[in-house]
Amino acid sequence: MTQNRGVVEGYVKVAPVVVRDVEKATIDAAGIYYKHLNEAIREVVADGAKHVVLENVNGQRYLGTGVQAKGVKIDVHGTAGNDLAMFMDGPSVEIFGAAQDGVGNTMNAGTVTIHGDAGDVLGYGMRGGAVYVKGDVGYRVGIHMKAYENLVPVMVCGGNARDFFGEYMAGGILVLLGMNTQFADQPLVGSFVGAGMHGGTIYLRGTVESWQCGKEVGITEATEDDMATLKPVLAKYCEALGMDLDEVLAVPFTKLAPFSHRPYGKMYAPM
Amino acid sequence: MTTRPRYAEEASSKIHGGCGLMGICDESGTLMSGEDAILAMAVQHDRGNGLGGGFAGYGIYPEFPDHFAFHMMYHDLQAKEESEALFDRYFLVDLAEPMPTRPVKGISDAPLLWRYFLTPYPNKLEESEMSAEDYVVRAVMTINSSVDGAFVASSGKNMGAFKGVGYPEEIGHYFRLEEYEGHTWTGHNRFPTNTPGWWGGAHPFALLDWTIVHNGEISSYGINSRYLEQFGYKCTLGTDTEVAAYLFDLLLRRHKLPLELACKALASPLWEEIDRMPEAEQALMRSLRAVYGPGMLNGPFAIVLGFNGGMVALNDRIKLRPLVAARKGSILMVASEESAIRAVLTEPDAVWMPKAGEPTIARVKGMDWPIHGDLHLSPEDISCAVTGTDMSCETVEVTA
Repeated sequence: MTQNRGVVEGYVKVAPVVVRDVEKATIDAAGIYYKHLNEAIREVVADGAKHVVLENVNGQRYLGTGVQAKGVKIDVHGTAGNDLAMFMDGPSVEIFGAAQDGVGNTMNAGTVTIHGDAGDVLGYGMRGGAVYVKGDVGYRVGIHMKAYENLVPVMVCGGNARDFFGEYMAGGILVLLGMNTQFADQPLVGSFVGAGMHGGTIYLRGTVESWQCGKEVGITEATEDDMATLKPVLAKYCEALGMDLDEVLAVPFTKLAPFSHRPYGKMYAPM
Repeated sequence: MTTRPRYAEEASSKIHGGCGLMGICDESGTLMSGEDAILAMAVQHDRGNGLGGGFAGYGIYPEFPDHFAFHMMYHDLQAKEESEALFDRYFLVDLAEPMPTRPVKGISDAPLLWRYFLTPYPNKLEESEMSAEDYVVRAVMTINSSVDGAFVASSGKNMGAFKGVGYPEEIGHYFRLEEYEGHTWTGHNRFPTNTPGWWGGAHPFALLDWTIVHNGEISSYGINSRYLEQFGYKCTLGTDTEVAAYLFDLLLRRHKLPLELACKALASPLWEEIDRMPEAEQALMRSLRAVYGPGMLNGPFAIVLGFNGGMVALNDRIKLRPLVAARKGSILMVASEESAIRAVLTEPDAVWMPKAGEPTIARVKGMDWPIHGDLHLSPEDISCAVTGTDMSCETVEVTA
C-alpha cells in the first residue's frame, strides 16, 4: 500500500486553484494549508460567489469559520477538519463525508449538514442555526447549547451518541435518532446525558435508563404538544439528508428537560 | 552539577495545538515504510508546536531479530564513553554505529545519536539471576539515572524509537524513516504543556519493545512514579508519559495481566459503573482498583502502546482526548484525527470512534503474542488468568 510519494511534507502553504463560473467557485483543497484555503473561501465570498465547492478536503481546520453571509452555500467534499463552521453566521455548509471535532462551535446562524459521522464536542456553545448529522456522533455533543428569544439552535443526530450528550445544556433543541449507526448493538446514547442541564430540550427516538441521565434531568414520554414542536424540525432534517419522515416518527420519542433553570441559584443568591 | 536534561527554548510565539498521535499495524505482518507514519503525522502538523516529534517502528531490524537494539542520545562524548563502558561490561556488542540521519531544515541541536545491537553476556546474565528482559531494564535505568547526559531512546528487539525536538515530519525525514520497513508504526506530534521540550522528552517513551505515544496529561504522575520506584523503575526523562511505558511493562510483562485487564487498571471504570456490573466482574474490578490504585492513570489521555506483536490504543475513561480508528483489510490504524487516517488509507472498510476506556487492539498474525491471555476474555476467564498467575513480583535491583 505504500506509494512512492517522494518526501512527505503534508500541507503546502500556497493559494489553491480557484475556478469561477459566475456565482459558483470551485476550489481544489488537495494538500492546501488551512490558512490559505480559508483565505481563498473568504475572497470568493467577498467577491460575490454564492456557491463555493471545496474539493479534496482532508482535515483542514476552520472551514466556514466566522463567515458572515446570507445565501451562501459551501459544499465540502472529503473529511472536514476541526472547528468547522465555528462562529459561523449565515451560510449553509454541506459535508459530503465525515466531520471531525468541534463542528458548529459557538455558531450563530446558518445550517451545517453532514452526510457522514461527526466527532466530539459537536455544537459546543451553539446559539443559533441548525446542525444535521446523518450518522454517529461522539462525546459531549450539544455541550452548553444555549438560546435567547428567537435564536434557538437545533441539532439532529441520526446515529448513536456517546457520553455527556447535552452536557450543561442551557437552551435549544437536541435530537438523537439512533437510526444510521455503526453501533446498532449498543445503547442509543451513553452515560451522563444532560448532566448539568438547565435549559433547552433533548428528544431521543427510543428510551433511556434514568442512570444514564444527569440528576438535573426529568425523563418523560414526548406528548402530542412535544411532537408538534418536533415534527417540523425532523421534517427539515429528513429533507436535508434524504430520509423518510414516517420512518423517523415510527418509534416513540422520549423527552428530557431540566427540573430547574437555575439549579444552583440558591447557592449564590439565597431567596 | 548535572547537565541533564537539556531543554529546548520555548517557542517565541503562541501556537495552537494539543499533541497528535497515530498508530498503524498490518496484522498480516506485511511491511510498510515509515513514510506512511510520517504522512499521518504531517497531516496533524498543527496539533504540535515543533518542540517534539517521534516514531516507533517494529520489525525494522530483521538482520538482528534477537539482539536488543539500543537507540542512544548523548549530550557529549563523555556520556558516550561512559555508556559504552557499561555496555561492554554487561553486553556483547555486535554492532555500534551512528544513527543514519540527513540534514533537515528545522532540526538543530541534535545530541549524538548512536545505535547498538546487544546481547547480554551469558555468564553475566546467569550470575544476575534475572531474565534477559529484566537485565536490560536494569541497564536502561542505570544509564538514564546515572550516566550524565546519556539517554536510552529505545531498547527492544527488532524495533526502535526515533525522536527529537522538531515537527514529526522533520524528525521522520531526519532519521530517514522511509528507508525502514515495519509491520507496526506509531507516531507523535508534541505540544509540551507542563514539561519542557527536549530530545529525550519527545515521544515515544520506550522500555524494551514497549513504546507509548500520548496526547494528554497524566495528572497522577507523582503517585504513579512513586509506585513504579518500588519496582525498580526510575523516572528520569522529565515528561509524564514516561510512567505509562513503565506501567505497561510492569502490568503486562512482570505481573502478566491480560491486556484488557491492564487497560482497566490504567483507565479504571467509574465506581458507579462497577456497581452496575455482574457480581463476578464487580469483585474483579474492585480488586483491580484496590491493587492497582497507585498505577491508575488519572487525567485526560489518548495513548497508543506499540510492541512486538501488535498495538493497542486507549482513551481515558471519560474521553477527554480525540481518537479515531479505521480498518482496511488486514490494516488497523488509529489517529487523533480522521484526516490522518484518510491520508494513508484510501477508502477504508470502516472508520469509527473507539469507546472511552476500551482498548482498540491490533495483533500481528504469526508473531508471538507477548501478553498473558488471549484477546476478549470473559470476566471469568480473566479471573482465572489472574488468580492462576504468580502475582508476586520480584523487584529489579538497580545498581547505580
